[in-house]
Amino acid sequence: MGISLKTSEFRIERNEDRCIACQVCVRQCANDIHAYDAEDDWVYSDETNCVACHRCVTLCPTHALTIRRTPLDFRENANWTAQRITSIYKQAETGGILLTGMGNDRPHTIYFDHMLLNASQVTNPSIDPLREPMELRTYIGRKPDRVQVSRDDNGQIRLETKISPQLTLETPIMFSAMSYGSISYNACLSLARAAKKSGIMYNTGEGGLHSSLYEYGPWTIAQVASGRFGVHPEYLQAAAALEIKIGQGAKPGIGGHLPGEKVSAEVSRTRMIPEGTDALSPAPHHDIYSIEDLRQLIFALKEASNYEKPVGVKIAAVHNVAPIASGIARAGADYIAIDGLRGGTGAAPTIIRNNVGIPIEMAISAVDTRLRQEGIRNQVSLIAAGSIRNSADVVKIIALGADAAYIGTGALVALGCHLCQKCYTGKCNWGIATQDPYLTKRLNPNIGSRRLSNLIRAWSLEIKEMLGGMGINAIDSLRGNRDHLRGVGLNQVELDTLGIKGAGQS
Amino acid sequence: MKRIHVNEEYCIGCRLCEIHCLVQHSQSRKIIKAFKEEAPRAMARLVVEEEGPLSFAMQCRHCEEAACLEACMTGAMHRDEETGAVLCDEEKCVGCWMCIMVCPYGAIQRSLIGRSAASKCDLCYGNETPVCVANCPNEALIFVDETPSDNGAQ
Repeated sequence: MGISLKTSEFRIERNEDRCIACQVCVRQCANDIHAYDAEDDWVYSDETNCVACHRCVTLCPTHALTIRRTPLDFRENANWTAQRITSIYKQAETGGILLTGMGNDRPHTIYFDHMLLNASQVTNPSIDPLREPMELRTYIGRKPDRVQVSRDDNGQIRLETKISPQLTLETPIMFSAMSYGSISYNACLSLARAAKKSGIMYNTGEGGLHSSLYEYGPWTIAQVASGRFGVHPEYLQAAAALEIKIGQGAKPGIGGHLPGEKVSAEVSRTRMIPEGTDALSPAPHHDIYSIEDLRQLIFALKEASNYEKPVGVKIAAVHNVAPIASGIARAGADYIAIDGLRGGTGAAPTIIRNNVGIPIEMAISAVDTRLRQEGIRNQVSLIAAGSIRNSADVVKIIALGADAAYIGTGALVALGCHLCQKCYTGKCNWGIATQDPYLTKRLNPNIGSRRLSNLIRAWSLEIKEMLGGMGINAIDSLRGNRDHLRGVGLNQVELDTLGIKGAGQS
Repeated sequence: MKRIHVNEEYCIGCRLCEIHCLVQHSQSRKIIKAFKEEAPRAMARLVVEEEGPLSFAMQCRHCEEAACLEACMTGAMHRDEETGAVLCDEEKCVGCWMCIMVCPYGAIQRSLIGRSAASKCDLCYGNETPVCVANCPNEALIFVDETPSDNGAQ
C-alpha cells in the first residue's frame, strides 16, 4: 500500500501545566484526535486528522489547548503552493474528486471590501434611528406596473389592482437554503424558530420538510430541486413560498450530493429515499431545458399552491446571469435568488467550488441594471446570496440592487460553525452538519434559535444606523441606490460593472 | 424550591458538570490545583450516566419526601429550611450508608476523602446557581422553580 504522503495540517499544543486530564477534549472530538492513557493519567493528541474546528479548545475548562497551522514548510514556491501539492498527494492516493464544504476560500477579489458607504454631512441631515422611525420591512414578490385606486361612497380609498402574493420580511435578511440532511434537525429547528421570532424566512433546501417543522410553515420557503427530494402536496401547502432551485453558488452546473452517511432514518423518511443511500440531485432539472420549460414548472407550482404563494427561482451567478435572470423574470417568477461565487455548500468538488461562477456583487449589479433597462425590474424581487458576512454587506448588496440578502454561512457561524470545511464527512463536532446522534445533540435549538435571532436583531440595528447616517429612513430608498457606494482599489471595468463611482468622485 | 433539571436530549456527555462540581467541593476551589495538587482529590457530587448517545447528569433530586431523611439515624441528613435542599451534616454522619441504600436515584456516594461520610449534591450551598448548571455548555442542566411531581424527581 505504501506510505501516505499526507501530513497533518494542524498542530495541537497542550499546555501540560494546565491540562488536568479531565478528558473533555477526548469526549468531544469526533475525529479521535485526543486519547487518554489511564496508566499514566495523561491525555495526548495525534493531530493527523485535526480539522481545526476548535471544539476541544472551546470546551477545555483550563484553556490548555491551542491549535496552530503545522509549521512544516515546503520550499517556497509561489506557483506550487502547499495546498496545490497536497491536493495532488490526496488525488494520487484516492483517484477521486476532492470534496469540500462551505464557500470558496480562494483569495478572489471580495468586492464588498472595495466598496464604501456614504453618510450625510451638512447639506442633508442624517437620521437618528433611536429617535425616529426607520423602516426595514421588505416585501418579496412581483410588484404591479401601476396601482389603481378608487374612492368609495364614504371617500375611503380602495385598492383596485390585484397585488401578487408577497412575502413579508421584518428585515431584509433571510436564512438561505440548507437542507435537512446536510444540516441536523436541531440546526433546522433553530433556523425555523429564529425565522419566526425575527419575522423573516428560512429555506428548506432540497431536503424536504420534517413533519414536526410544519408549524413553522408561515416562515418557510420550500425548495423544489432537481432531485425532487421530499416534494409532495403537503410540503408545498405547508410553506409560505416555493423556490425552484436551478443552481448553487458553490457548485454551479452540478447537482447536490448528500453522502449516504448522512441519510439517517429520519432524513430518509423526509426525503423519501432509502436509508443510507447517497442523495444525488441531477445536474439539470430533467424537465427544464429552456426558459419555456421553467415557465411550465413555475406555473405548475403556482397552480398547485392556488396562486397564493410567491414562486421563486434560485440560480448560481454565472457569466450570463443578466440575460438568464431576464428570462426567469419573463417566465413568471416572483423572485430570483442569485447565489454568488463564494456561496456555501455541504459538499462540493473543491475544483468546482474554487473556480466556477462570478462574485455576487457583480451578478446583482448586472441583473439589476439589465432588468431596469428592460423595464421589468418591478416584476421580480432579487435576493442576493453568497457570503454576506455582516450588515454592511447587506447594505451594500441592497444598494447594488438586491431586495434582500440570504445568509447561510453567517447563520451557521452564529450556531457555532468554525468553517473547518468538513461538512461532507458528517462528523461536524458542533452538531450542525451531521446526523450522528452523538453529535446532533450538541446543538441545543433553544440556544441556537436565540443566537440566530440575536444575530438578525444586531444586524438590523446596524442597518438602521447605516441608513440613518445616509439620511435614509426606509430600506426601499436604498434599493439600487448606487450613489451611496464608492469603489476603492477597483479598475474602471469593475467600477462600470458595479455601476458605481470611484471614491472621491462626486 | 429551585431544582436542577436535566434535559437529557441536550446532554453532550462532556462531563464538565462533574469537573466543576469537583472543583467547587475541593479545598482551594481552583481547578488546576484541585486536580493536580490536592490529594486526595475532591469528589464530584454528581455523576454523568451514559449509554450510547444518551447521557445525563444525575445528582440529588432533593425529594419532597426524601427516603434518605427517613433512613438517617443520626439526623445528619437534614432539610435546609431556607432553600429546601436536602443536606448532609458530615460532622453528624457516622457512615452507616443507609441513605445510599434507600436513595432511589443512586445520587449519594461514600466520601473517599477525609471523614467517612455521605457525599451528595448540596446545590452549591451559598451560590446563586449551582456550578454544574452554570458551566453546562449546552444548557442541558437548568436551575428553575417548578412544582415537583409526587416524589420530587423530574
